[in-house]
Amino acid sequence: MTTSDIPAAQVAPPVLRLDGIAKTFGGARALKGVSFEVRPGEVHGLLGKNGSGKSTLVKILAGFHAPDPGGVMEFNGEPVSLPLKPGDFRRLGMSFVHQNLGLVASLTVLENLRLSELTASGRGVINWSAQKRAAREALARFDVPLDPDERIDRLSAVDRALLAIVRAFEEIRIAREATGRPGLVLLDEPTPFLPREGVEKLFTLVRGIASHGSSVVFISHDIDEVMTITDRATVLRDGDVAGSLVTREATHEQMVEMIVGRKLARSAPLRAGPAIDRKPRVRLDGVASRTLRPTSLTVGEGEIVGLTGLIGSGYEELPYLAFGARPSTSGTIALDDGRATALADLTPRGAIDLDLALLPGDRQGASGVDSLPIVDNMFLPDLGRFFTGGVLRNGRMKREAYQLGHAFELRPNDPLLKLSALSGGNAQKVLIARWMNRKPRLLLLDEPTQGVDVGTRQHIFAALRQAAAGGMSVICASSDAEQLADICDRVLIFARGAVCEELVGEQISKETIAEACYASLDRAAASASANGTSS
Amino acid sequence: MTDTPLTTASAAAKGANLTRLFERVALILVWLLLIGGFGAAMPNSFLNWGNFAILFASYAPAALLALAIIVPLTAGDYDLSVGATLTLSSCVIGVLNVWQGLPIGLAIGLALCAGAAVGLVNAFFIIYVRIPSLVVTLGTTSLITGLVQWMTNSSTIGGIDNSLVMAVVGGRFLGVPYAFYYAIAAAVVMTYIFDFTPLGRRLLFVGRGREVARLNGIAVDRVRLGALVTSGVLAAAAGVLYAGVLGSADPYSGLNFLLPAFAAAFLGATTILPGRFNPWGAIVAVYFLATGITGLTMLGIPLWVTNVFNGGALILAVTISQFTRGREASDIG
Repeated sequence: MTTSDIPAAQVAPPVLRLDGIAKTFGGARALKGVSFEVRPGEVHGLLGKNGSGKSTLVKILAGFHAPDPGGVMEFNGEPVSLPLKPGDFRRLGMSFVHQNLGLVASLTVLENLRLSELTASGRGVINWSAQKRAAREALARFDVPLDPDERIDRLSAVDRALLAIVRAFEEIRIAREATGRPGLVLLDEPTPFLPREGVEKLFTLVRGIASHGSSVVFISHDIDEVMTITDRATVLRDGDVAGSLVTREATHEQMVEMIVGRKLARSAPLRAGPAIDRKPRVRLDGVASRTLRPTSLTVGEGEIVGLTGLIGSGYEELPYLAFGARPSTSGTIALDDGRATALADLTPRGAIDLDLALLPGDRQGASGVDSLPIVDNMFLPDLGRFFTGGVLRNGRMKREAYQLGHAFELRPNDPLLKLSALSGGNAQKVLIARWMNRKPRLLLLDEPTQGVDVGTRQHIFAALRQAAAGGMSVICASSDAEQLADICDRVLIFARGAVCEELVGEQISKETIAEACYASLDRAAASASANGTSS
Repeated sequence: MTDTPLTTASAAAKGANLTRLFERVALILVWLLLIGGFGAAMPNSFLNWGNFAILFASYAPAALLALAIIVPLTAGDYDLSVGATLTLSSCVIGVLNVWQGLPIGLAIGLALCAGAAVGLVNAFFIIYVRIPSLVVTLGTTSLITGLVQWMTNSSTIGGIDNSLVMAVVGGRFLGVPYAFYYAIAAAVVMTYIFDFTPLGRRLLFVGRGREVARLNGIAVDRVRLGALVTSGVLAAAAGVLYAGVLGSADPYSGLNFLLPAFAAAFLGATTILPGRFNPWGAIVAVYFLATGITGLTMLGIPLWVTNVFNGGALILAVTISQFTRGREASDIG
């Protein structure tokens, strides 16, 4: 019914048409045959939960993943042979703006904008005045008033995002002018870290691009934004297309329903059931940072508390703040009946002395050192324990590492192997064993099962539950609703830097968590405006 | 070795172990080949113990310098200023002992303090101002070299207290002057710290993963500062040995030790404990290079070959480690 109102003469082929694109990762089907099309001059929303297949799809279009054989891709009506090679997208007339924007902070607007021209081979001398003119023209074309000589690190977050989008559109101009066909810009979650008024500017730019006849694919979690900017939207769920919508005719509720897969009970806020009476173990009071508004939280003995929310909501900050690993602007932590410690003064050393433990999400950058042996990684915070009689007891370390590896079903269990010799899941077991072996009072986790296979996941969950039964408290930040539903006694949903909902006991399921995440935005917006009027 | 479950290695693993063992001793084998080669060419002059005794003693300052370098390298920082610190230290002894008439013990103490001061200055700019170590220590090298020229009026100061000379080259054990054994003693102490104390393990983690170290409660800045001060003090100790070997303080020649010492540090990281900067690897590498240079000199090859040999060895060492352990991260990212 939507196609009928387009006059026949104007029917140009879709800019992008996908049919039956599938992708299997070692037996797991991330995409089960996705088909959709993006029309010329259209802003097309692409929605879905974490793990719905959005990022896999983007990576296939960028030539990063090869799709399973059998899928069809057409660009402006012409078939494109799959898999794409990296860089192919540029030739076709497609470009991407990823969340990190891909700008070089120490270079100028001009240098970033004209990066591919400036570094192109086969040129003798750079004609700077011509380059500057081209940059000015490109910025003027979309009414983005930036000084070409300004350095990126002096720009606001909004201006950086605008520049990245202008650049993406400029990059496909050559391909578009050569073919006379429209191009396609994919914006992958460009908004979560932007202030409201910045989002408005970004939308103006997106509309400008669409008015030039090119198309934009807008990937976002924020349904209100999708409602505002897109013409049509495609929703992915569990690797399938859950449905397509014409934005004008759709409602907020319909979109959420399509994303989550069932009706959202927005009218009845979930009510906390009677909590099991637990002895309080940790009191976090007024914890705040640049992205987190003051948050207070009490975790009981043996309780596993999950923290989640949409990207940019601030939940992932809390474990690091509580451990003193990132600077907090305010807040205290108190364990059992001990005195409260200001988080601003807490160092990781101090946190370890308080019997806290932190397993960071960045396994290779912050958690373990790949080039060093398992045994050294396992006992890094315990070295003092093995130093007796003036000698570090390497033999005893090795024996204990073997026993601990055995308890955690490490494969292969050879303490002298480098950490890099293990699979992602086994490496994570080493690092989680490091902390659980210390029997901490509070274990802080950030995405503990990212890149971990299903079997190892179950093993880690079992270990966590067992330790919790023994009295250890756990705070687990994760974007994986299924994982939280599996292990948590309580789940806190964050939005715009604050807790906006709490799920307890029976209320917790994969679906309720996902629903609450999407419902969270409205509540946060409501409470933010309420706060705004009162202050 | 004592755990039975750990020794259930298959034949393939045994093959891999053999390769590993070969890698550990490869440099020593090449060294022996080199000695054999020069020995065949000059059976009388090269292959005598006196020649080796002199070689071992005269390269002791270089050995100590290589040991100084691997401390901050393990913690992830370059210290190029060790060559200048060596010169500074020997000239401080010259100026204070010969010109100012201070007792030699006090002069040595102050020379070591000067080394510590260089380390502190480097650490301040590297750790607190966050300037790359390569840049800072390149700057302090030039700065110290200038200071030394001012201090000594650019002249060699002879007549250093004979007790230092006697302590360094006066006595011999197994025909080798004491100087060599000081370097060996330093390597023994460093092996103890690197392999048998928690500090050594922390140093390693600070070098390989600063954030990992920090989140495991290691005071990263303090470890790096300690490493830089240690390298300053060790380099100053190398200067003391150098003053003892020469019996005088030379404001110019000390910098010549820098390149062989760096070459030895990296070459040493391909042997004994491949993939890690290690004291015994550095010692072996220093004397490997020394043997090569001495042999070439005795063959009558012109002086410029020395520089080619040292520079070539440095690049070759880094290349070998890159090829054999390409997929693994090195100490210095």
